[in-house]
Amino acid sequence: MSVKDEDKAEVGLRVGSVTRRSFLSQVGAAGVAVTTAPLLARAAQTEEPMTESAGRAERVENAVAITLNVNGKTHAIEVDPRTTLLDGLRETMVLTGTKKGCDHGQCGACTVHVNGRRINSCLTLAVMHDGDAITTIEGLGGPDNLHPMQAAFVEHDGYQCGYCTSGQIMSAVALLKEPCGPKDADVKELMSGNICRCGAYPNIVAAIQQVRQRA
Amino acid sequence: MEAFSYVRAKDAGQAANAVGLGGARFIAGGTTLLDLMKLDVERPTQLVDINRIGLDTIERLPDGRLRVGAMVRNSDFAHHAVVQEEYSVVSQALLAGASAQLRNMATTGGNLLQRTRCMYFRNTAMACNKRTPGSGCSAMEGDNRSLAILGTSKDCIATNPSDMNVALTALEAVVTVQGSKGSRDVPIGDFFLLPGTTPHLETVVAPGELITQVTLPAARKGSKQVYLKLRDHASYEFALSSAAIVAEVSGGKISYIRVALGGVGTKPWRSHEAEAALLHQPAEMAVFHRAGAAAVKDARPQSENGFKVELTKRCVAHALTLATQNA
Repeated sequence: MSVKDEDKAEVGLRVGSVTRRSFLSQVGAAGVAVTTAPLLARAAQTEEPMTESAGRAERVENAVAITLNVNGKTHAIEVDPRTTLLDGLRETMVLTGTKKGCDHGQCGACTVHVNGRRINSCLTLAVMHDGDAITTIEGLGGPDNLHPMQAAFVEHDGYQCGYCTSGQIMSAVALLKEPCGPKDADVKELMSGNICRCGAYPNIVAAIQQVRQRA
Repeated sequence: MEAFSYVRAKDAGQAANAVGLGGARFIAGGTTLLDLMKLDVERPTQLVDINRIGLDTIERLPDGRLRVGAMVRNSDFAHHAVVQEEYSVVSQALLAGASAQLRNMATTGGNLLQRTRCMYFRNTAMACNKRTPGSGCSAMEGDNRSLAILGTSKDCIATNPSDMNVALTALEAVVTVQGSKGSRDVPIGDFFLLPGTTPHLETVVAPGELITQVTLPAARKGSKQVYLKLRDHASYEFALSSAAIVAEVSGGKISYIRVALGGVGTKPWRSHEAEAALLHQPAEMAVFHRAGAAAVKDARPQSENGFKVELTKRCVAHALTLATQNA
């Protein structure tokens, strides 16, 4: 039985607690095992030891140890210096509420708060934030205790596909503390760094204005 | 992104020493550098993080000048009470640029060094003299709609993308640069280089030198300042043409004028020609149109950006109208 077969066996064992993310990564690994079966067989014959690396973080060369305070919880992690804050949050800390859209600071899907201010987490390195306090959508509120902005987005249907939504909400919450005029046009200007491909803009602006008026 | 080593500097001196090594670069906000590293346009072997070296305050000097630390974030610069009151052209320009998230990251020093958005510079499959000296310029025969009409050369027509730099040019800011041999002050008019035959050299900042601060001259009481930015989208878009104006009118005539242009030059473009057409002249539309025409007298449009000539004339004339209303 090869290592890959063991992985497949594990998939079966974990069915009860499978998440969408773990499901996808395991299906991916299983898919690789099927399509590369002849290659694996050959590798086994040449006594090349197969490592149990699928789906696990490998030890990185040049890794830097940092501590991030994310949503009030301290995370001591080691990252390759190239790791963006976005990838650190999603891949290392498995906080996947923050989304990767363009990965070039143009779409806003990756918006998080660092020390209380909104930034694009794709255009900054995790190592640059050693000791910083970071808030992601997971830290804002959950299904049972929605942040007023999350509730307003639900009420006003401020999304369609939902991919940009966590970034929109993180931006909108930061906007509440920024200098912003009263008009819809003022909100649109300060939300221009968050693109919604579905075009839910009118509902997003309505949600934000409702929260501002009630604040 | 290629591998690099990472160090964090404690102060400006330590940072300058660290970056003296070949292939090392400072990283501040990272909004230009990381973007370009992901595209393999920038390939530093070491990053020196200067986010914790200080230089992040704005202070009034005894003689009335305003000293802005190189690490002051664009949003803090734009919203500073003194800047809004006395140097509003900077606030207007900064708030017309990028997004709120990017303005929270980007720094004053980094904005000065912002790289062009020319698509051929950003694409390593294409020839670009700025990225790879001697490789040629794909933009000349390519999609050059957004590129420069002033200050171009046969080797490069890339536009300086910054809004802040245009406002700082109109205000005649001074940039302080620190190197291993000490500090020097560079008037912003001497800070940026024309592309000529060396488009890869963009400023007078030498390798290992660090921008430490920008100093604005004492504000001119009674001047009116306007930044007008024309672009394809209403927000979060680079300028096709922009104008920064600092104007004073007395007795119906223009007694002081500074005109700088963005989106049309290979560097932030001070228009001495427009200023000469305006000084001591009546503050009226016919004069503003003459100034607009003077600003583009030496324009060299490319195959797809000829519209910028007329757009810039009107941009200058309209900005002057705004800057002299109720004056």
